[in-house]
Amino acid sequence: MTVVGNDKVGIIAKVSAFLADRSINIEDISQTVLSGNFVMMMMVDLSGSTKPLATVKEELTELGDSMGVSISVMHERVFSAMHRI
Amino acid sequence: MLFSAHEITETVDMFLRHKLDIRAITLGVSLLDCAASTGSATRERIREKLMRVAGPLVTVGEAIETEYGVPIINKRVSVTPIALVAASAREADLTPYATMLDEVAGELAVDFVGGFSALVQKGYAEADRRLIESIPEALSVTERVCASVNLASTKSGINMDAVRQMGAIITDAAQRTASRDGIACAKLVVFCNAPEDNPFMAGAFHGPGEAESALNVGVSGPGVVKAALESFRGAGFDEVAEAIKKTAFKITRMGQLVGSEAARRLGVPFGILDLSLAPTPEVGDSVARILEELGLETAGAHGSTAALALLTDMVKKGGVMASTHVGGLSGAFIPVSEDEGMVAAVGSGALTLDKLEAMTCVCSVGLDMVAIPGDVGESTISAIIADEMAIGMVNGKTTAVRIIPVPGKAAGDWAEFGGLLGGAPVLPVHPYSSDAFIARGGRIPAPIHSFRN
Repeated sequence: MTVVGNDKVGIIAKVSAFLADRSINIEDISQTVLSGNFVMMMMVDLSGSTKPLATVKEELTELGDSMGVSISVMHERVFSAMHRI
Repeated sequence: MLFSAHEITETVDMFLRHKLDIRAITLGVSLLDCAASTGSATRERIREKLMRVAGPLVTVGEAIETEYGVPIINKRVSVTPIALVAASAREADLTPYATMLDEVAGELAVDFVGGFSALVQKGYAEADRRLIESIPEALSVTERVCASVNLASTKSGINMDAVRQMGAIITDAAQRTASRDGIACAKLVVFCNAPEDNPFMAGAFHGPGEAESALNVGVSGPGVVKAALESFRGAGFDEVAEAIKKTAFKITRMGQLVGSEAARRLGVPFGILDLSLAPTPEVGDSVARILEELGLETAGAHGSTAALALLTDMVKKGGVMASTHVGGLSGAFIPVSEDEGMVAAVGSGALTLDKLEAMTCVCSVGLDMVAIPGDVGESTISAIIADEMAIGMVNGKTTAVRIIPVPGKAAGDWAEFGGLLGGAPVLPVHPYSSDAFIARGGRIPAPIHSFRN
């Protein structure tokens, strides 16, 4: 899961709270600033999620919009395919 | 973190900013076991089989899109060339197969069904002739059916009788859909060396040498290649070639992942991955703009053929290692109306039909989505096809022609086909006659270097 946008107070708090509310576990997290943008990357486990993935993604888009950041969710296997042989 | 920030942002950017997607997952289904003694019985068998085998295709595709976060633009079905399946029933008009396939496509909610096709590179069987004669009606009364005819091959030569006939068929198909700028012709392609496992329309069909069913995948991503090259302005071609290869590798690995997962869920074998750079009319999804990124003022400038040759080859080299089986067309597509940069180049006069033809010697398809004036003669269309077939035959590669003689429009007018098919200015053709050449008929023999046994 990636969160990209202008840095501001509370992004991590709000995203973490959102995930906790839905029993989505954060397995790894890292944050950096790339080309002037706040970039947060999270590895999350959705197996215990109380809501289906499609709904979670819709809600995350709304949450992102409300904070002026862009949130995307992609399967870890896509990154493995591209960057690990 | 399992991946570096750079790796993660690179991948996310590919999808969000540079329009990377899976262009098509195409389920190939053999219909050879559907042939019956009557047309209606054959069509009922086909309908039943497609609904059964391809039923879950769209649901599976959509589930993978959600889970993987990877857009899959088209879900399609390709079938055994209908001329083979329809032969035993001996009907005169094969249009009912097209209308049935159109209905099935609607029920399955797939974007297209490909395979209203005949393979006549060496000669016509009776059903081939009837299928080709049915094409204009079949394509004007359906929306989601695509037709193709293989007219030539490196092993068999060029069937010039069929080349002549297709000039008339294309003209007829255009006139029947005159109110929509001849859109029937956008669903019709003629080939030399047609691949039997192509996932891309309009030329997809499930060849007679294919398995019972197979899932074939086409990946895209011209925008990703262009973005990668932006960091190499002024660099030598060795570095540029490496950059394209690496990008193609990453794109193809993603396609292989999604394709094999879709095949697993559908319970069919993974067929091939077609690693083609396929543009769309959207800005940022253009092959022409890659040629410009390589240093040309516009697509069509001298150097375009060399640039395209480099691009096509490096896409293949990067992609081959990333997939278990590569097939289909694989390379770079240069459809005019579907590529915003190509449209601009035609509009400014930089890109002519002659230069396009030269570029097809090194691209992976051929003359694709080219609009020409509606009053161009049938024999001229046939002669354009013959040239393109010769390029494919002699070079041992696939070439195709998807050309639209737009009724009532002249060179420079705008032709609009809509959606992913886009629109383009009408290109002028040479005014000189090819009548006597095309009237000869017969077969142009296969080239000497085809005899490799």
